[in-house]
Amino acid sequence: MKLGMPKEIMDGEARVALTPESALKLQKLGHEIFVEKGAGEASSFADQAYADAGVTVVKSAKDLYSQVDVVAKVRPTTSAELKMMKKGQTLVGFFNPGGDEAGLKQAETQGVNVIAMEMVPRISRAQKMDALSSMANIAGYRAVIEAGNNFGRFFTGQVTAAGKVPPAKVLVVGAGVAGLAAIGTAQSLGAIVRAFDVRPEVAEQIESMGAEFLFLDFEDAQDGASTGGYAAPSSPEFREKQLALFLEQAPEVDIVITTALIPNREAPELWTKEMVAAMKPGSVIVDLAAEKGGNCKLTVADEKIVTDNGVTIIGYTDFPSRMATQASTLYANNIFHMMADLTPEKDGQIVHDMEDDVIRGATVTFDGKITYPPPPPKVQAIAAKTAEKPPEKTPEEIAAMEAEAMAKAGRQQTGLLVLGAAVMAVIGMYAPPSFMQHFIVFVLAVFVGFQVIWGVAHSLHTPLMAVTNAISGIIIVGALLQLDTGNSIITILAGISVLIATINIVGGFMVTRRMLQMFNKS
Amino acid sequence: MTFGLQTAAYISATVLFILSLGGLSNQESAKRAVWYGIIGMAIAVAATIVGSSVSPSMMLIGAIVVGTIIGAIVATRVEMTGMPQLVAALHSFVGLAAVFIGINSDMSVHDFASKAEMIIHEVEIFLGVFIGAVTFTGSIIAYGKLAGSINGKALIIPGRNLWNIAIVVGSLVLLVMYMNHAGSWTLYVMTGLAFLLGIHMVMAIGGADMPVVVSMLNSYSGWAAAATGFLLGNDLLIVTGALVGSSGAILSYIMCKAMNRHFVSVILGGWGDAKGPAMEIEGEQVAIDVDGVASALNDADSIVIVPGYGMAVAQAQQSISEMTRRLRAQGKNVRFAIHPVAGRLPGHMNVLLAEAKVPYDIVLEMDEINDDFPDTDVVIVVGSNDIVNPAAQEDPNSPIAGMPVLEVWKAKQVFVSKRGQGTGYSGIENPLFYKENTRMFYGDAKASVDSLLAQIN
Repeated sequence: MKLGMPKEIMDGEARVALTPESALKLQKLGHEIFVEKGAGEASSFADQAYADAGVTVVKSAKDLYSQVDVVAKVRPTTSAELKMMKKGQTLVGFFNPGGDEAGLKQAETQGVNVIAMEMVPRISRAQKMDALSSMANIAGYRAVIEAGNNFGRFFTGQVTAAGKVPPAKVLVVGAGVAGLAAIGTAQSLGAIVRAFDVRPEVAEQIESMGAEFLFLDFEDAQDGASTGGYAAPSSPEFREKQLALFLEQAPEVDIVITTALIPNREAPELWTKEMVAAMKPGSVIVDLAAEKGGNCKLTVADEKIVTDNGVTIIGYTDFPSRMATQASTLYANNIFHMMADLTPEKDGQIVHDMEDDVIRGATVTFDGKITYPPPPPKVQAIAAKTAEKPPEKTPEEIAAMEAEAMAKAGRQQTGLLVLGAAVMAVIGMYAPPSFMQHFIVFVLAVFVGFQVIWGVAHSLHTPLMAVTNAISGIIIVGALLQLDTGNSIITILAGISVLIATINIVGGFMVTRRMLQMFNKS
Repeated sequence: MTFGLQTAAYISATVLFILSLGGLSNQESAKRAVWYGIIGMAIAVAATIVGSSVSPSMMLIGAIVVGTIIGAIVATRVEMTGMPQLVAALHSFVGLAAVFIGINSDMSVHDFASKAEMIIHEVEIFLGVFIGAVTFTGSIIAYGKLAGSINGKALIIPGRNLWNIAIVVGSLVLLVMYMNHAGSWTLYVMTGLAFLLGIHMVMAIGGADMPVVVSMLNSYSGWAAAATGFLLGNDLLIVTGALVGSSGAILSYIMCKAMNRHFVSVILGGWGDAKGPAMEIEGEQVAIDVDGVASALNDADSIVIVPGYGMAVAQAQQSISEMTRRLRAQGKNVRFAIHPVAGRLPGHMNVLLAEAKVPYDIVLEMDEINDDFPDTDVVIVVGSNDIVNPAAQEDPNSPIAGMPVLEVWKAKQVFVSKRGQGTGYSGIENPLFYKENTRMFYGDAKASVDSLLAQIN
């Protein structure tokens, strides 16, 4: 199939959906790749680099759209862009199906198959094509960098000859992928990081990144597993407690990074005007939810403002685009993995398998029909809570069970002893005394053997086998006694036995010694 | 030398043998313990030759000299990875010697005080030869399987257990005929049948059950020696045989317990019947390259390495030892976790690691380390599969359900070094490979570790 990448037309968008590197990999899947002239410039991928990777560079977007079967994009298509597409073509990229009903309708009537990257279900198998996560990771990192850029102090605490510098205190609200990335970045710059999330199960992840989890004691806690790993709106009571907690934090923290988003809704207001007012001058707020209205109502999308009390609020919405090369590489990999799933035979033939959870979930229009929203995936995003454990046994029950087991073992042992005694009696009745004498020795030796061998260290089991091998060469004694019988066949057989038993003895002992020499303490 | 003096020598030899086995309870005393065994053996042989006035014929001296040379050559040449084969080969010698001695005893002329004594004597011959013969051919087949000259897969012929029973019954019939003076041919026919039994029994057992088979044969070789002792009325043989026999029996028991299987089911074959469909495995195997593993290792504080038979096959122990040395030099806590049935011989991994100069105090048993996995940063699984299979705990329908396993999946990150996708010996899917914190490090174990070495400073 022919796969093409037009230039992104949205202002300030520097990312691209294909890099020369991913183009090479896509060609291995059997696809032919086309790129619009100058498409990769903003993210430092020259046309020549694409051409070197075997990509055909096309002059205009119109040419491109008319030639290819699959179009790969970053930003959702505008109505004009979509118009250039025809029936049967496939579009892969962000599409905003929840927020752009008109676009969805247009794709339906034009018969364009749309695979929306933001709709990739959050299951383990689909992680490699989860573009929201890969972009959020970059946004989280960049948010800290932007904050540092506008923050007049060190992140890390220092004691210098010129005085003591306290470490910066960073509060991250919302511990999704972006939040966790922000925590990690701030942490490694040396700041004291605190984090909050409405989903109590992420506490462990926050702590694993080295941040302190701000714990909110609330009964009706959310279970993120039921909502596909995303946060859901919270109850008014919960919100109240949460805001009180933030108000308490506001005067203390220097940098606030808010990342709270709920799918297909306006961003919840978490950082109120009072909180901004309570912050120290020079503090910085980075609002990663600016595109959806912001977690702070003072945020202005795409702009940096400074409030009256000297707090900087950053509302940029293009964090990934500010690191275009890196972001493009990751996004192009996401696209590549999506294409790899769509090309199961690696023969350049696209199989749009609507039975596949991932492909079905991401497809929003198919064959002239809107297929959004998708049915819930067959595989749960996060394992559902484990079944309840069987009730703990009381000490009395355990004691009773132990007594029962002891009694059973006792009965078994008694039974065996009685049986053994009976067998002994039968043997004793018929066997001659000389045999019985040997028999006593035998039985005692077996018991001694059991006692001694139980004490052998597990790590020395191989030497044990080698040494028992050598010792079982004691059979040489039997062969020696038969050497002198005068019968030549007997002598020859006994001689062979002596020979092989000697091999056993010498070989066994020497190899044991060799092995034991190797065991050294550190 | 008087009979009394000879007996005294035998008693001291016996005590020395017991001390020799008992000394294996730890690595330091073990080094001394071997000497007890060697001295005990020297005393026993000398006392027999002198006490029973065996004439120093060319036969005797020749056999001992040649045997010593061969034994010494074999012991110095053998690779530590080849230990299982060597042990199996040595077992076969004891078995063959027991067969010869039994047949010799049949050919010799004896006077008996009573009829009962004669019957006992004849039963002893039969028993000694039978056990010896099974040990002999069984060990040869085990040797072939371990050395790779015989296909390691289990060869199951239809009605296998019927064949086994038929052979045992046939042998019993021959015994009755022998006792009724049908002639020595019954003994020879029985020997042939027992040879077949040994071959058939071990042929039907597959590769990973070999630890059980080898320790079982170890046990048999002991019982063969004990039976010979009864035959010759020699207490030293009886005691030593019983010591070796019980040692092998305990080893077999430990191995079976570690696989949560019954001894009978290992010997008579097959996994237990599954009670239902296996649990569905979700997710996919995610591969990782050298850089990823190296950086995880460089970042980790505590590392556990889980070696398996694959490490021995790839001869990766030296490289792993070097990697361990470097990581430890960086102050990291590196340890090894050994499952009781890892490898093809009880304790096989310990010996390989010791050969590669891994200090034994960082090589731990399953029970010692299983609780530490949740606090471990990185686990590297090298060439083991079933012993780290979480299905044993999570899936009640799994054929290995209930088998104690190393709980590596509880660590923060697990790297599995493996040749390629596919199941292990048992053919059971391993959900570990699909876990989110597991990354597959494909390639030959030695090549993989060598490439890692280059990146660990």
